[in-house]
Amino acid sequence: MKEPRVTSLWTYANPKKFIETTDKLLPWVATLALICLVTGLIWGFFFTPDDYRQGATVKIIYIHVPSALMAINAWLMMLVASLVWIVRRHHVSALAARAAAPVGLVMTLIALATGAIWGQPMWGTWWAWDPRLTSFLVLTLFYFGYIALWAAIENDDTAADLTSILCLVGSVFAVLSRYAVNFWNQGLHQGASLSLDEKENVADVFYHPLLVSIAGFVLLFIALVLLRTRTEIRARRTRALLARERMN
Amino acid sequence: MIALLIRDLRLAMRAGGGFGLGLAFFLIVVVLVPFAVGPQSSLLSTIAPGVLWLGALLACLLSLDRILALDWEDGSLDLLAVSPLPLEAVVSLKALAHWLTTGLPLVLAAPVLAVLLNMPSEGYEPLIMSLLLGTPALSVIGTFGAALTVGLKRGGLLLSLLVLPLYVPTLIFGAEVARRGMVGLETTVPMLMLGGITCGAIALLPFASAAVLRVNLR
Repeated sequence: MKEPRVTSLWTYANPKKFIETTDKLLPWVATLALICLVTGLIWGFFFTPDDYRQGATVKIIYIHVPSALMAINAWLMMLVASLVWIVRRHHVSALAARAAAPVGLVMTLIALATGAIWGQPMWGTWWAWDPRLTSFLVLTLFYFGYIALWAAIENDDTAADLTSILCLVGSVFAVLSRYAVNFWNQGLHQGASLSLDEKENVADVFYHPLLVSIAGFVLLFIALVLLRTRTEIRARRTRALLARERMN
Repeated sequence: MIALLIRDLRLAMRAGGGFGLGLAFFLIVVVLVPFAVGPQSSLLSTIAPGVLWLGALLACLLSLDRILALDWEDGSLDLLAVSPLPLEAVVSLKALAHWLTTGLPLVLAAPVLAVLLNMPSEGYEPLIMSLLLGTPALSVIGTFGAALTVGLKRGGLLLSLLVLPLYVPTLIFGAEVARRGMVGLETTVPMLMLGGITCGAIALLPFASAAVLRVNLR
């Protein structure tokens, strides 16, 4: 009898199916990410005018805003993946959360570093204890703790359980910190560069290349997470095979 | 439940339990601050609420791994896990015992140390209130961290790395209450926020702590 075709999303939680699918998907995502990044950054860096007050420094926006966006979204993705692990116990989900953490950390560091480089000529300081900056710093600490906990525990399932609960609790406290620092100090950082409210957006000349480069960062993040998840799955399979070898 | 609480308190007070170590650490931190920043009394009184809060927080942090590590080593944690008492209650009691042996003495010692930092006397009441409201949250959050790292050898540094970011909101509001109180500003709003964080932590975190403890005991 022919097995009925399952088309649920959960099909992809099967590691084998996941590898098969991403085999086809990954080259496309990676290529698109490269195209978007190259287009967005070259367009942004060389074919947009300098801002009349900020000069050429405004162009760091094409790295700063997308990486900051991805830093937060990476944590959100880890939160969702952790929830899926806790509720449905799909191993791919736990591995994807683990794979996303270092990528998210690097995005956070990029955002902090580019912000500092921009802040030095514009605000006259590398660092200010501004709410946004501070909550990003706290987010970095959360990433460090999460990654360190993964690294410290030997048993994979125990590590997945503990880190996913840490991710849930950490998310609550990260949001709390975000609003607590608002209370604690006045902001220096400008408001959102992008929003659904048209009036708040940056001018169109900057806006379009920014969108392209955001798309590039999103695709880059997806490609890196897929790649790292595949690596984790294969590493785990290798370990299982080696363990079986030793048994024989 | 009461028996468990009394047992924990006794263990903490007797020799080797580390009772008083937290207090001594608090004292040393506060004494070292004037050496580091200089003895000008105006500067010291400006930073006094922050220093006292930070000292209390670090003293609390120092004693966290004792909450569960000893019971883990001698196996009594396994016994507690199979006892009729739910694990959520066990971790809540552990947090309560930790607060009674560490948090409460810190609260009581804070005004004495505030004298050393030349804090104006109208700041004492908000300082004590804020510590009284905030330190239970520190204990409960710390118990969660201790439960996360209980199975690890040399988990102490990792425990600090995990717990310190979680302490940020408590520290912000707690130190803000103490600072505002000292300079005579309204303290109601940060006080309510601090109380909210503490109540939320007490209500929700024992479930997370018990869940991670179950994983670790598996």
